[in-house]
Amino acid sequence: MNLRRDVFQAIADPTRRAILVLVATHSMTAGAIAANFDTARPTVSKHLQILTECELLKQEQNGREILYHLNPQKMKEIADFIEPFRQLWDDRFNKLEDIMKQYKPKK
Amino acid sequence: MERKTKVNAEAGKQDLVITREFDLPLELLFKAHATPEIIAQWMGTQVLKLEGKKHGGWQFETKDGQGNVVFKANGVFHEFIPNQQIIRTFEMENAPFGPQLEFLKFEKLTDDTSKLTMHVVYRSGEDRDQVLKMPFEYGINMAHDRLQEVVRNL
Repeated sequence: MNLRRDVFQAIADPTRRAILVLVATHSMTAGAIAANFDTARPTVSKHLQILTECELLKQEQNGREILYHLNPQKMKEIADFIEPFRQLWDDRFNKLEDIMKQYKPKK
Repeated sequence: MERKTKVNAEAGKQDLVITREFDLPLELLFKAHATPEIIAQWMGTQVLKLEGKKHGGWQFETKDGQGNVVFKANGVFHEFIPNQQIIRTFEMENAPFGPQLEFLKFEKLTDDTSKLTMHVVYRSGEDRDQVLKMPFEYGINMAHDRLQEVVRNL
């Protein structure tokens, strides 16, 4: 549960969301990612560290470089996070629909 | 089964939107939100008070098999326009988060179908995410209650 919350907090930050969008299509080095932001390099490094810690980003060694890429499995878990809430409302609304289909106005 | 109910909760925001299309005429969809006995059935809660008008109040209460109150919520209607719109506050009692603001829009699609759009605004993004997490626990409670009912009827 705590881990899930961390993931949610991780993506609550606009810079971190922008990083995820950047690496969604191809792996990038920390330097290449930082070049896309006006923020100081250490700040970007901190964001990368948080995203890596909650497994939204994966590191891969490529020669002397470390490349970052998106972990689609973890992104899917975030989508699943909302699912019980959606299911709760879906159940309620299904019931509402069934009840009202039987509904006969009192005369 | 087809997923008719959609929840759009963008990361980092303090609101969310629930949408659902119904195989019901608009009037019946609205009636299901305005009639205490009907709300009680599909929300699975007792409706203690429902003053369906501007400045009117509402109150829900749910008890478990032993009669313990497990859920209590209340709020006020800011707008109550039949077959169009309900604007209300919603506050769960004894919960760590404050009231939320709900905009319910009722739309006619065809003579036999209608659409509900619920825009829910929370005090903060953190509050919203806490509420999103609640169904995990809620689901466990519900399953537990149902189990007890089944056992009692053996």
